[in-house]
Amino acid sequence: MDVLMLSRLQFAAATMFHFLFVPLTLGLSVLIACMETAYVRTGNKTYQKMAKFWGKIFLVNFALGVVTGITLEFQFGTNWSRYSAFVGDIFGSLLAIEATAAFFLESTFIGVWHFGWNKLSAKAHAIVAWLIALASNLSAIWILLANGFMQDPTGYVIRNGRAELTDFLAVVTNPFGWYQFFHVIPGALCLGGFFVMGVAAWHLIRESHVEFFQKSFAVGAGVALVFSVFTVVEGHFHGNHMSQVQPAKLAAMESHWETQRNAPLYLLVVPGKEGNLVEALPIPGALSFLAYNDVNAEVVGLNDIPKEDRPPVLLTFLGFRVMVGIGTLLPVLALFGWVMRNKLTRYPLYLKILPWCIPLPYIAMQAGWVLAEVGRQPWIVYGLMRTSDAVSPVTTGTVAFSFILMCLLYTLLGAAGIWLMVRLAKKGPEDHTPIQVKAA
Amino acid sequence: MDTFVETGTVHYYLAVTWFVLWGVLWAVYFILDGFDLGVGTLHPFLARTEEEKRAMLNATGPFWDGNEVWLIAAGGVTFAAFPYAYAQMFSGLYTALMLLLFALIVRGVSFEFRSKVESASWRKTWDICHAVGSFLPALLLGVAFANIFRGLPLDETGFSQAGLLGLLNPYGLAGGVLFVVIFVMHGALWLCIRATGDLRDRAEKVALKTWPIQVVLTVLFLAYTAVETQLFSNYFLYPALFIILVLPVVGLVLMRTAMGAKKWWTAWGASSLYIGGTAMFGVAGIFPAIIPSNPNPGHSLTIMNSASSPLTLGIMLGVVLVFLPVIIGYQLWAYKTFATPMGEGDIHY
Repeated sequence: MDVLMLSRLQFAAATMFHFLFVPLTLGLSVLIACMETAYVRTGNKTYQKMAKFWGKIFLVNFALGVVTGITLEFQFGTNWSRYSAFVGDIFGSLLAIEATAAFFLESTFIGVWHFGWNKLSAKAHAIVAWLIALASNLSAIWILLANGFMQDPTGYVIRNGRAELTDFLAVVTNPFGWYQFFHVIPGALCLGGFFVMGVAAWHLIRESHVEFFQKSFAVGAGVALVFSVFTVVEGHFHGNHMSQVQPAKLAAMESHWETQRNAPLYLLVVPGKEGNLVEALPIPGALSFLAYNDVNAEVVGLNDIPKEDRPPVLLTFLGFRVMVGIGTLLPVLALFGWVMRNKLTRYPLYLKILPWCIPLPYIAMQAGWVLAEVGRQPWIVYGLMRTSDAVSPVTTGTVAFSFILMCLLYTLLGAAGIWLMVRLAKKGPEDHTPIQVKAA
Repeated sequence: MDTFVETGTVHYYLAVTWFVLWGVLWAVYFILDGFDLGVGTLHPFLARTEEEKRAMLNATGPFWDGNEVWLIAAGGVTFAAFPYAYAQMFSGLYTALMLLLFALIVRGVSFEFRSKVESASWRKTWDICHAVGSFLPALLLGVAFANIFRGLPLDETGFSQAGLLGLLNPYGLAGGVLFVVIFVMHGALWLCIRATGDLRDRAEKVALKTWPIQVVLTVLFLAYTAVETQLFSNYFLYPALFIILVLPVVGLVLMRTAMGAKKWWTAWGASSLYIGGTAMFGVAGIFPAIIPSNPNPGHSLTIMNSASSPLTLGIMLGVVLVFLPVIIGYQLWAYKTFATPMGEGDIHY
């Protein structure tokens, strides 16, 4: 394997591992802040107990997410130095703003939150919880705007052999980044909801801490329902916009080969290298409609895109289907849970299935990133710089060494972390409520 | 290398401002993460009982995450303000950097993982991870910065490889050892502030014993620097710059007198002054280079050939002017809330 392929794999592994933990941080932080607020408003100790229980799991998850994020920032320099030199003027500044405006806030207050139960009033502690939730989501804006620049570069001019910033407003209002933001954040909240529902279901079927987990379930199901629907609806508009700026990604995610008007959507497709191996059950005009809200719109096929500009079809195709498939299932599951939240014990099968559904939103989000990033290939910055021109001039051995070490380390840490989270989740809340020293 | 920045223009002054800020960010990072890396390095040697082990972790627990963000910020600012230098520095120091990151990852996780399972072997594993993950960054940061002072082997394209073995030259290693000693001292003083009982007394002994070592190593490293690097040329050109050297010297003296008077906050502050002064001494020495080239200074990455566009530098300056005071404000508040001698309630997990 060459440096390019190794670097791509290493970056993919680092990003996907990081993104195993980030969505739960984004989603659960909001849920916990809601629980703490409910405690402050009602004085009901169960809500405080809830914040503490979910908070313990949150901290293990947070630790893994935060430490693996550092590698990503630095990998742009180590593995993609030509990219960094070319777009640092824009991309680098977005990352730096993220650190200044959001990451500092998140990292400073996580320590305060962790060690502050007996040092802050309940109200102040709830405010800190909101600050953490706010900061993590604020972080996501800057990261997704940086990614938005890679997807659809705006606000620059090529000067001095690099992309130089000319219009900061265009960069921070880049529709692609915002469409992603309003897709990823609700997705993460939905994931947080399903995480809470799944763990709660595990306990409810065992009749342990029933009141506690019924309350938790209701919070989780409400959030999961609202945001899973939001994610799906927004996903449609995101797809519309993407189709216009990245026709090659659209063609690859549908394995659509022939340019045509009134393009059909095939329910059964097996993509091949030079065309589809199987193509059956067409819905006339559906692809044109989904992409452009117009059944007669022309959809460009892969055959009309030069070979060297085509994304890997199979991965993009699968990424899209896995994401959409799971995305369709989640609102149904959440709706049932929300409606039946007070008589859950009557549906043991549902409760038994739910813990196994925890991985689903995770898989959907990972698949979504495969679609977004693999579908953008062969470009690192769409239409502007190829991934192959972005890689650092380093030796294969250098990358291979760090890649192998990283895989080993991440596997061990990931396994230990997930094991710990499962253990904490199964253990349930502690029965004694530690005393709050200061009054609210 | 092409030159983007003309001397005397607005662009030039923006680049100089960012160079100073870049140096300050690294200095603050060393001051803040320095003490928690130092405490982590001391962990296997100072803590005897399980309670003391937890106390040492909790002495830095509320702060380390916020401290480490200064590294992210220093990295991010290098990327944003001097992208060519960022690209060269990080790809050139590839392996050393990855090892540094892996060490920081293992250390960060150990804070959270260690006490979650009631098992001696589990705790021991994470204690080792914590100590190695604290010692290695201290050493590697020293190696990396000493090599930057000395100059990296850049070529005309700017990009070149300094393999890990190339970095482990005697001067680089000397830098590594100096950093470890500085951070251990800084961490011991922090423990004198936060720990109690036997642990605190042991930390005090370490601090008192480390001080003369730090003084001797500082003098030796400065002499070695004069022989091995071009760092002093700026100082002979503008002797007024030697004022910066006053900071670490005052820091060292004040540190000792404060320790004698058992004023631990003052001693820690003096140690911070020493670290900040030493870092800025190095930064001022390499100006206008960010990554000096050795043996061919013509290939150096400087503020002239590495800086971002004036628009980016200007916008970033605005962002920093707004957010930095806010960050300093809430970090100070966090320190004020938690940086007190730990009582019973703080040793829990």
